[in-house]
Amino acid sequence: MSENYRNNFLKEVEERVEEGHWVKMCMQCGVCAGSCPLGPHWAHPPQEIFMMIRAGKREEVLTSDSMWMCTSCYNCVVRCPRKLPITHIMHGLANLAYRLGLSPKNQTTQKFASMFWNNLAQTGRVNELKLSLGMYFKDGFAQGIKNAMAMQSVGLGMVKAKRLNPMELFGGHGIKDKSGFHAMLKKAREIEDRRKNFA
Amino acid sequence: MAKKTYSFYPGCSSQTKASSDNYLKSTNSMCKYLDIELKEIPDWNCCGASIGYAEGGELPRITLSARNMALSEQHNPGMDLVATCAACWLSTREAKERIAHSAQTLTEANTALAEAGLTYKGNQAARHMAEVLVEDFGFDELKRGVKKPLQGIKFAGYVGCQTNRPFGLAGESFENPKYLDNLVEAMGGEAVPYDQKVTCCGGALAFSEPEKSQKQIKDIIESAYDHGAEMIVTPCPLCQANVEIYQGEVNKRFGTKFNIPVTYYSQLITVAYGGTAAEAALDGQLIRATRLEEIAKK
Amino acid sequence: MADMKVAAYICQGCGLGERLDTAALASVAKKEGKAAIVKEHAFLCNADGIKMIRDDIANEAVTHVMIGACSRRAKTEAFGFTDVCVSRANLREGVIWSQPETDEARETTQEMAEDYIRMGCAEVKKMTLPQGDPAAVTDRTLLVVGGGVSGMTAALEASKAGYKVVLVEKSGALGGWAAKLHKRTPGKSPFKEPQETPVAEMAAAIEADANIKVYLNAITSKTGGAPGRFEIEISTESGATVVEKAGAIIQATGFELYDANKLPELGYGQSANVVDQAGLEALAKAAKGSPIKRPSDGGEVKTVVFVQCAGQRDDSGKHLPYCSGSCCLTSVKQAMYFKESNPDIDTVVIYSDLRMPGNGEDFYRSGQEKGVIFTKGNVSSVEAAGNQCKVNFHDVILNDQTAIDNADLVVLATGQVPNSGVDIDTKLKAEIAAAGGDNSLMEAYSASQVEGAVQPISVLNLTYRQGPDMPQLKYGFTDSHFICFPYETRRTGIYSAGPVRRPMDMVQAMEDATGAAMKAIQAIENAGLGRAAHPRSGDLSYPIFRKEGCTQCKRCTVECPFGAIDEDEQRFPLFNQARCRRCGTCMGACPVRVISFENYSVETVGAQLKAVDVPDEFSEKPRILILACENDAYPALDMAAMNRNVYSAFVRVIPVRCLGSVNTIWINDALSNGYDGIMMMGCKHGDDYQCHFVKGSELANVRMSKIGDTLKNMSLEEERVSTFEVAITDIERVPQLINDYAALIQKIGMSPMKGF
Ligand code: SF4
Ligand code: SF4
Ligand code: SF4
Ligand code: SF4
Ligand code: SF4
Ligand code: SF4
Repeated sequence: MSENYRNNFLKEVEERVEEGHWVKMCMQCGVCAGSCPLGPHWAHPPQEIFMMIRAGKREEVLTSDSMWMCTSCYNCVVRCPRKLPITHIMHGLANLAYRLGLSPKNQTTQKFASMFWNNLAQTGRVNELKLSLGMYFKDGFAQGIKNAMAMQSVGLGMVKAKRLNPMELFGGHGIKDKSGFHAMLKKAREIEDRRKNFA
Repeated sequence: MAKKTYSFYPGCSSQTKASSDNYLKSTNSMCKYLDIELKEIPDWNCCGASIGYAEGGELPRITLSARNMALSEQHNPGMDLVATCAACWLSTREAKERIAHSAQTLTEANTALAEAGLTYKGNQAARHMAEVLVEDFGFDELKRGVKKPLQGIKFAGYVGCQTNRPFGLAGESFENPKYLDNLVEAMGGEAVPYDQKVTCCGGALAFSEPEKSQKQIKDIIESAYDHGAEMIVTPCPLCQANVEIYQGEVNKRFGTKFNIPVTYYSQLITVAYGGTAAEAALDGQLIRATRLEEIAKK
Repeated sequence: MADMKVAAYICQGCGLGERLDTAALASVAKKEGKAAIVKEHAFLCNADGIKMIRDDIANEAVTHVMIGACSRRAKTEAFGFTDVCVSRANLREGVIWSQPETDEARETTQEMAEDYIRMGCAEVKKMTLPQGDPAAVTDRTLLVVGGGVSGMTAALEASKAGYKVVLVEKSGALGGWAAKLHKRTPGKSPFKEPQETPVAEMAAAIEADANIKVYLNAITSKTGGAPGRFEIEISTESGATVVEKAGAIIQATGFELYDANKLPELGYGQSANVVDQAGLEALAKAAKGSPIKRPSDGGEVKTVVFVQCAGQRDDSGKHLPYCSGSCCLTSVKQAMYFKESNPDIDTVVIYSDLRMPGNGEDFYRSGQEKGVIFTKGNVSSVEAAGNQCKVNFHDVILNDQTAIDNADLVVLATGQVPNSGVDIDTKLKAEIAAAGGDNSLMEAYSASQVEGAVQPISVLNLTYRQGPDMPQLKYGFTDSHFICFPYETRRTGIYSAGPVRRPMDMVQAMEDATGAAMKAIQAIENAGLGRAAHPRSGDLSYPIFRKEGCTQCKRCTVECPFGAIDEDEQRFPLFNQARCRRCGTCMGACPVRVISFENYSVETVGAQLKAVDVPDEFSEKPRILILACENDAYPALDMAAMNRNVYSAFVRVIPVRCLGSVNTIWINDALSNGYDGIMMMGCKHGDDYQCHFVKGSELANVRMSKIGDTLKNMSLEEERVSTFEVAITDIERVPQLINDYAALIQKIGMSPMKGF
């Protein structure tokens, strides 16, 4: 039996996606679709994503790179006449796709998002230098050298303006209670996984 | 005793020698002039910004903010929690509201916090420094401290996204917030009207999707220039960084010749209040704000 | 009546004294206006001024009063003398406020004022005091035709207000469409759940109400008379006929669903599992609260698809072109029937636009909360395959030609077709054209009649000259003044309520019926007092007709927008005062000018336009006559003046009841008296008309389109007579129109007809 316009995927989204229970409330006005700053780069703007969910297009939604185009500008949220927390739903869908391993390979924003989290999860604070170097080397070593060279002027300027600390590479910022912090995040993740049915 | 005391959440980018080090320095100077005491939350952690979602998910993200708030409640009781970074403020306030709306989230967050020996109660407001200035002081009051009006300088007040949405300042419109312009005028400067005041700078995607984001940055600067601005002022460290740092890249990509300083309101206030260039951390600009430096020298 | 004695009063207040030479005005009133008494007063509307006038009426036997002060729309209470005829010269808005306060303008401003004094005196002398109708009667009974929710609401509301009601219902039970429903869409906060229909409750209340008499299985086989004294023959199925009397009538005959058999491409008739909304209600009723089963085999229903706008909003010309405004709500409700029995049933509503009137948005949200899926799309076809249907559609949001191939039930949202009876307008239009000498429409109409075509059945069976039912506006819905007076139809004292007036849902129908009941009560009372209904409510004047001069041309009988005029046995017009709205359209139509009102006639206006002093050809002072509708154009002019929007000093404005009342003789007279141009300002006409008398401005336009010949005979340019549509809000535009027109006249040059 075809899954077309059946509620199965909608139900999954409601259970597993942050604020997913709002998807059914979209009235398809399209205001959000016209609000994304990177609008032209979305294969499916939020309005469409919501309709696709309701039309049961699980595969298409979760493999799409659309959600990864969200800049978290909250334009849509303040404009949506139905007050959908669109930004969070985009984040939530991206998270679901990532957790299921369905998100597009080599999606840069996804990589950055993971790096960012791992960076902060380690020390409790973000190490901007490691983060940026990581970003430049995400595509492998050769490309990394190229990327870093391209942005070298920026980096040096930042160092000169005392806004990037080369010493961070060897430690730098971090919180004191790291063990408590790690335990806390582990617990939170555990609860979330149970609630959202991630093994 | 200081006139007003707040529990301060500087956030990662505002640490010493981090990307908005100048924001932190100038904020401290500004607070000195306004007789504000900022009590840093001991051992605060990163808010997760709005990019941690892929790996972090929902509850871990909320828990990050809950930890900061719990620490603040514990160590700085009776104060409002104040952040200077838009993302820090947003994450904190959002977590606060999510928890307030769901007993389940409260229980879950506290279960996680218990692992770090903390409890979240939810008895402090989560505010942005701009709110403190506008609501606790007000423009008239702020004006009173001006010693060196920023006369003749035309500013494009760039409010951007996250200081403005989804919460913003009470009574301001999302499409055309006025407080930054009012602040500029209170300091004696001129706020030019332009149409990209709340346009997104690309946020974290300036990093991961540079081509796409730099178009945003170009639009913002172009509109500021077109409307006669000679300097951009912003309340958000990410806005500041993106719009300032990538100007060279934008020039390369679009053949433009942008070279416009991007400053923080805290720098403006510090200079207008008679602070030195060092106090205003003007040396932290990649594109030097010469007009401000001149006034600071006077 | 005592001999006529005219008194003229000229006010110096509101700046009139400073801007005008009032002494000169007084002397104009005396010498040219022939007023017996002429007085100036510093502040005419104050107690002292009013007392002065009152004293003159009491002590000096004044019968006619000319007031030269502000507009007739100002100080109506102060100057509302009912025992004398009153005319008003509009010196304030019409002159000093619309003219520049400069030295150069002083002369023309004064000339304007003097003309208005002349006009006021000339007008009042042609007026007599309306006597009202000494024979006015009324019956405080309301006849309601149709026993659905609208009709029952009207009956109960009228009864609550103390009026007797006769309720006629064609079928064997009260309830109409609502009686066929399992549940209704919500009418109460929080508008989230379907509710029980009010039918049983209302029917019981009616039964218990001694004021309401119900005829079931009955129709109104003949309706005659007029407001206050309708006589209705009621025929019952058994063949018996009774006569009832009523003061007013409400037609609440509702609608029928568009015939889904006309939609075979949507699977209707192809599968038992394709139903219309009535069909689904029947299934739900039959299920008595247990899950609705698949009609074809009694199988379990897992997927239901709702096809919105089935045979509606159709621009191909094949089906209904309009939106019924209620079927979206109904589909949400029907989807809830399924969600209620089992939330796992997939319910998909395929819509092109969701229209949720009133609090329907809350209901829509509630449907979404319950998991009803709404998708914007166009259904192209429904194919039956065994016990399931395949619904082919284009998903507009996803731009996807797709299908739901396992629908157990498909519900078609077909539209409302009003039960309004016979369309009288085609014939009437033909008759109007024929009276004007054009027989083509009549021929076409007669040709369409000879075929043995099925004729629609009349609802009211009115004995009115213009036809047995109420005029319709579009698509068969009865005509009523949409913008300003939605309840007023074109048959005074007969109201239409509910979906027969326009498509609507139950909430709106109940509101509509309540409003109609209130208006009907007003009509009953007005009839008793011999007064007009809106928009001249309270007017006691009515058309007086001089039979001797009548040529039986029928223009008045066919053109009266309100069907007020019948024909007597000798085929003379027979005026029914209580049906008349006092618009004067008949007066404007009459080629031999035998129709007039006591206070408004061919003479009252004719005398005014002739009283104006028309300077000679070489004066460079043209004269432009403005005939302005008193409902919109004249107020717009007043308001323009209040804003000090100045306009040409060469215009002279005469308010008319309606452009429909403009008799072409006025145009002829004005042209031969040397006016250089005539502007006629009336309300918008057409399907979205704003004319307060519905057809007046339209008829005026038809008449004026024929004035070309007259102009040619006089060797005058066509532009010298022009009509304009003016809305009450046109306070910036109207002065502009005037000035543009004045410039145009300047360009054409002065009329050669002066000084004859
Ligand atoms: S928050 Fe994301 S989804 Fe919303 S407008 Fe911005 S980019 Fe688009
Ligand atoms: S703005 Fe809101 S309601 Fe409109 S399409 Fe987007 S999510 Fe749906
Ligand atoms: S309101 Fe009319 S009557 Fe009264 S003073 Fe003014 S112009 Fe005269
Ligand atoms: S109410 Fe809805 S279904 Fe009915 S005609 Fe209008 S739009 Fe179509
Ligand atoms: S005045 Fe109007 S309503 Fe009355 S009879 Fe004449 S045309 Fe009809
Ligand atoms: S009254 Fe006038 S319009 Fe009416 S039928 Fe007689 S002549 Fe014609």
